[in-house]
Amino acid sequence: MRQVTERPESSSEPRAAESAAGAQKPPAAEPADGRVMGPGTAPAVEGVKAPAAAPDSKPVFAVERLTVSYAGRPAVREVSFGIEERRITALIGASGCGKSTFIRTLNRMNDLIPSASVEGSVRYHGQDLYAPDVDPVQVRKRIGMVFQKPNPFPKSIYDNVAFGPRVLGMKGEMDEMVERALRRGALWDEVKDRLKQNAFGMSGGQQQRLCIARALATDPDVILMDEPASALDPISTGRIEDLMFELKDRVSIVIVTHNMQQAARVSDMTAFFTVVVDDTGHRHGEVVEYDETEKVFTNPADERTEAYVTGRVG
Amino acid sequence: MSVAEVPVARAVVRGASRGARVREIIFPASLMLCIAFAMLTLVVLLLDVAVDGLPVLSWNFLTSFPSQVFPERSGIQSALVGTLLLMVVCAVFIVPVGTASAIYLEEYADGNRWWNRLIEVNIQNLAAVPSIVYGILGLAFLVRGPLELGRVVLAGALTLGLLVLPVVIIVGREAIRAVPNSIREGSMALGATLWQTIWKQILPGALPGIATGIILALSRAIGETAPLIVVGAAAFARFNPNDLTSDPFSALPIQILAWIQDPQEEFRTLAAGAILVLLILLLFMNAGAIYLRNRYEQKW
Ligand SMILES: Nc1ncnc2c1ncn2[C@@H]1O[C@H](COP(=O)(O)OP(=O)(O)OP(=O)(O)O)[C@@H](O)[C@H]1O
Ligand SMILES: [Mg+2]
Repeated sequence: MRQVTERPESSSEPRAAESAAGAQKPPAAEPADGRVMGPGTAPAVEGVKAPAAAPDSKPVFAVERLTVSYAGRPAVREVSFGIEERRITALIGASGCGKSTFIRTLNRMNDLIPSASVEGSVRYHGQDLYAPDVDPVQVRKRIGMVFQKPNPFPKSIYDNVAFGPRVLGMKGEMDEMVERALRRGALWDEVKDRLKQNAFGMSGGQQQRLCIARALATDPDVILMDEPASALDPISTGRIEDLMFELKDRVSIVIVTHNMQQAARVSDMTAFFTVVVDDTGHRHGEVVEYDETEKVFTNPADERTEAYVTGRVG
Repeated sequence: MSVAEVPVARAVVRGASRGARVREIIFPASLMLCIAFAMLTLVVLLLDVAVDGLPVLSWNFLTSFPSQVFPERSGIQSALVGTLLLMVVCAVFIVPVGTASAIYLEEYADGNRWWNRLIEVNIQNLAAVPSIVYGILGLAFLVRGPLELGRVVLAGALTLGLLVLPVVIIVGREAIRAVPNSIREGSMALGATLWQTIWKQILPGALPGIATGIILALSRAIGETAPLIVVGAAAFARFNPNDLTSDPFSALPIQILAWIQDPQEEFRTLAAGAILVLLILLLFMNAGAIYLRNRYEQKW
């Protein structure tokens, strides 16, 4: 199986330097050396016009004419846009318009649903994720995911975080990796004295941060979040948003949210999905607008976007 | 709300509650009656066996070989050893095969394919096939026929294994299905392979359920008589089988049956003693299953 492109900065030196310097160092203090694309990944978007991309940013995903169907019926259709590196991209839209369906194509989680099929292409650093020789397991090693409902494993907090590095066979001191991930997940101080306790004994907000820390432990390049805060109180939600800001300079984040304020607060770019009824009466989702969050919320190009973000529909 | 409405509302409430109250009493009372009937029958049965069997129980009874001449020197050693051997070999057979089948059907098999559906329906049906049919199968295919094992422990244990395998698979599948999909997704999203996900997340989560199913299956196998008769277990074995593949063997149900059919009263009391031993074994196995379930069951 072909190895999915390694993220440039995960080549051994910076990581080794980081562990040597101790895990206390906050991610914000690390050198932003990851801007350089790895070899062979530079022409990432041949032929794809990433709309309104900021000139200095590079796409981590280039999605082109992506259609996802369940049992032959399209759920999202003809989605094309580029998701930029080291920025937070929000996916918004009414229920059932295919946001989850879309985000799950970005790390091939839809492969787990037998009836789902994908047309079009998703390029990750220029590499087609759906090429026949790509192993979905390799894809998911680089692209982590956090789900709507916190889903800790029925194990200790420590083992939850260590699970990813263990199955990936990551080298290094496991205690250090766990501590680093929990610190990056803004959870370390709360759990450092009870790492051996079962994760099911944590609060919902802590569980969700544990799931984020768990995803961070494998040092992913991208984190996909499908309504990560929808089951949480405002304080836990705020913590997770702060966390996203801190993570932003090392990982690209894609977040699905129903909370307009949240999308406006945290994201740099926003894609608006809506349900379209085609001639045959079949409903499917489409992206009608993708732009800087500021623009989408203050001066949207499409009237459906405007109606949605101002709360007049859906 | 106006004042005039109040009495009306109250009347309605009172009228409804009278009939309901009677039903509230009659329904649980009749349920209690059913339980009482079942329990009473069971208690009478157990008492009857205990009264006959308890005086027989002794260390000698457990360690002597059965005699067809002297009831007072007769015991169940060969039957007990045979039953224990059958259980061990049966477990060695059904644990891996049953668990693997359950994993395959739950995690790998595409339920839309006709052959997988056929397998599924057949397993359901096999669970309901009378045990004597398994005995005939064992006789035709294991004792004689292609495998030609002879009337040995291995043949008996495999026959019992085949008999309870459908139950093990069905219970195992339920235990695997009880592991929520979010755990699968969480594990796969971290880059674990399906194999790693099954081995490190799903199996540990399903293990208490699978183990409970296996114990319950074994406690069904331990009391089976018909298939063992057909496969040719011996009634009055004067020695224990030296190995699994060459010597004749006995088992508790076979020994019990032989004694019950004896015209001599003294031998029939021996049957009650052997039944008690079998019941105690069963009790321990079921207690083990309950303990496992309560101690290790995962609440999601
Ligand atoms: N596993 C599935 N099998 C069949 N159809 C599905 C499946 N998952 C989703 N769908 C359908 O695809 C469409 C898009 O669903 P999806 O879950 O992606 O929407 P969503 O935008 O995430 O909605 P929500 O905001 O409620 O989470 C819906 O019509 C849904 O019924
Ligand atoms: Mg969704």
